[in-house]
Amino acid sequence: MSSKLKLVFTFLVFGFLFSTAQEYFTETLLGTDHSLDLVFVKGGTFTMGSSKSEVGHFGDEGPQHEVAVDAFWMGQFEVTWDLYNLFVTREIDAYQSKKIPTSEVQIDVDAVSGATTPYVEMSFGMGIEGYPAICMTQLAAVKFCEWLSAMTGHFYRLPTEAEWEYACRAGSTTSYSFGNTTENLGEYAWYASNSDDKYQLVGTKKPNAWGLYDMHGNVAEWTLDQYVPTSYRTRKELVKNPFQEPSKIYPKVVRGGSWMDAPKRLRSAARRPSTKKWKMRDPQIPKSKWWHTDAPFVGFRVVRPVKTPTEEEQRKYWNYESTP
Amino acid sequence: MMKNKDTLKNYETSRRSFVQKTALATSGLLTVPLSVEAMANVHGAKKLKLALIGCGGRGSGAAVQALTADENVELVAIADAFADRIEKSLNGIKDHFDGKKKIDVKEKNRFVGFDAYKKAIDLADVVILTTPPGFRPYHFEYAIANDKHVFMEKPVATDPVGIRKVLATAKMAKAKKLNVVVGLQRHYQTKYIDIKQRIDQGAIGKIRSGQVYWNDAGVWVKKRQAGQSELEYQMRNWYYFNWLCGDHILEQHIHNIDVANWFIGDYPVSAQGMGGRQVRNGKDHGEIFDHHFVEFTYASGAVISSQCRHIPGTMRRVDEVFQGTQGSVEIGKGLITDLEGNSQYKYPRKWGEDSNPYQVEHDRLFASIRNGGVIADAENGAMSTLTAILGRMATYTGKKITLEEALNSELHLMPETVTWDSTPPSVPDSEGNYPIPTPGKTKMI
Repeated sequence: MSSKLKLVFTFLVFGFLFSTAQEYFTETLLGTDHSLDLVFVKGGTFTMGSSKSEVGHFGDEGPQHEVAVDAFWMGQFEVTWDLYNLFVTREIDAYQSKKIPTSEVQIDVDAVSGATTPYVEMSFGMGIEGYPAICMTQLAAVKFCEWLSAMTGHFYRLPTEAEWEYACRAGSTTSYSFGNTTENLGEYAWYASNSDDKYQLVGTKKPNAWGLYDMHGNVAEWTLDQYVPTSYRTRKELVKNPFQEPSKIYPKVVRGGSWMDAPKRLRSAARRPSTKKWKMRDPQIPKSKWWHTDAPFVGFRVVRPVKTPTEEEQRKYWNYESTP
Repeated sequence: MMKNKDTLKNYETSRRSFVQKTALATSGLLTVPLSVEAMANVHGAKKLKLALIGCGGRGSGAAVQALTADENVELVAIADAFADRIEKSLNGIKDHFDGKKKIDVKEKNRFVGFDAYKKAIDLADVVILTTPPGFRPYHFEYAIANDKHVFMEKPVATDPVGIRKVLATAKMAKAKKLNVVVGLQRHYQTKYIDIKQRIDQGAIGKIRSGQVYWNDAGVWVKKRQAGQSELEYQMRNWYYFNWLCGDHILEQHIHNIDVANWFIGDYPVSAQGMGGRQVRNGKDHGEIFDHHFVEFTYASGAVISSQCRHIPGTMRRVDEVFQGTQGSVEIGKGLITDLEGNSQYKYPRKWGEDSNPYQVEHDRLFASIRNGGVIADAENGAMSTLTAILGRMATYTGKKITLEEALNSELHLMPETVTWDSTPPSVPDSEGNYPIPTPGKTKMI
């Protein structure tokens, strides 16, 4: 069933029950045929991190601790080049949705800064239509969210690390959302052993229990958080919506592992810090703010929180990278 | 004070360096990493003075690579047509080293304008030539005439007059034993070197055909600003003007055309092709095409199809592919196959495991300067640039043109001298449109 049909179906079933929780939501973008499918992730608590006994466990994944997360919608798929290039080319900006006083977002699309055109062909011949966008800096991913928000009137941002892990686990407590061993990993994920040395079409493996595709593998995904290897150590009791606010550009956290990675990097709890080495081959100085020439394994997906933050908070979410 | 001790230390280091020098010469291998001080002794401690001519993003990047390649290099002079560029470049270079390297170009050694290059080159041992390519022949000629080692970006000219100047200067550089590295960085990229060796050893037999691509969405556009003269506007938006840029078939696609020449081991005899500007055709887009498709024919009969396109939303590919008498190679995939399509070899290194070719260019350049070697990239740089010019001539005219005709052509896009009072070679009509080449009508020889 297509996501659009699912949306209609969901309206029929839940609309009459005055439920606020749509299970699926399709964001349409005027001026293009491309749309964005989102899955509703209800709020809840989970155990974040992994235990020392988990195969592949790394010190930054502990200690395990209890986390509560508010509800949000999350991109069912990694953001594809089809969508991302709309942000790079800014060809459909004239189709910005009309703002009404009740719109979640009141910003004008003209005010959102745009990515530069790269000198290098950034898909590296791995495919465009239906394939995940890669090589963007976290700033670029964040600005994509701001642009998408301006275009649609709905508030979008990157997931926090906690939201990402909660959604990846989808209720599981195992190394991967489907279990503890890598036996079935190939059914759920593109990774070093089965990816043919390239990223693959999004949504072609099995989704997790909450309907999210490619949380493990294909491309690793940006989160909002600064990478602090010891960040879990300060979390004692149940922590609500934890978020390590960034104060510098590097390192930030990517999650989920990629087409290039061994299984352990795909685990639900595995954290990977970004580094400026991801711009090593950028031949320009200053190096691009928008592109990581050496990170063909990094992409992202977006979230839309159910509770819309204030305008001031929204601005914060979209401007972390430029904080010194 | 402490004179004896210093003398002793110098003696010790020079004795040690002698031993190491000998070891290097005999084994050809450096097994023990040397300290920075010892390294300076091995290669002669002379400080190498560096000048940067044309300090946009690529020039500033090349300066960083030069300063990284060798401990004892100092950036002493910088030149650009625009003052605002200089400040920005120096800040970018400083930021890159994060205070760990002294970047201190004296105010009086920052030169602005069209003749700035001479003053900066005069102060240096090694120069980086990274202005828009139209200026390159003149800058290169001046640098070699004044005995400087050179790193210069591709392409090395925009017209045949410039090519002939670069070829003559390349000879002079060789005679003077000066090192010249050209920024066709695939020649310094492990993957290309590895695959080239295999092809030379017969992995696909003799190359009969190939396809080379630079199909992408295009590059930056600089809008005309109020108060700008026509010349300043064109200098800022240089990508779209042929006297400065040479069209994207030169500026970017030269990389792929050059790989065809390199792998075949020859330059083509003739070319014919087609092109136009279908999508990128506004007043901001000067006079260049947004697509070219050229057939290059080589003496062996091998034919290379070359395509370059700057149109968003179309298939993207930057790659080189060759078919031989015994198999094929796809360089992007690093894959060699036999005539049945069975894999014979896959380049084993993954992303990020290879060294950065932009850095390797400078590592080799400075090592060669220190060791008294001679790298002579200029002739191939000129001939591959000429091949791309030949392709442009073919698409602009719609005629079949030989490489010899192109080489001897009197086409002269780049003025001998440019001042801020000059009128650019092409100017817009009353509506702001520039003359666009028309196949079947445009003459290019």
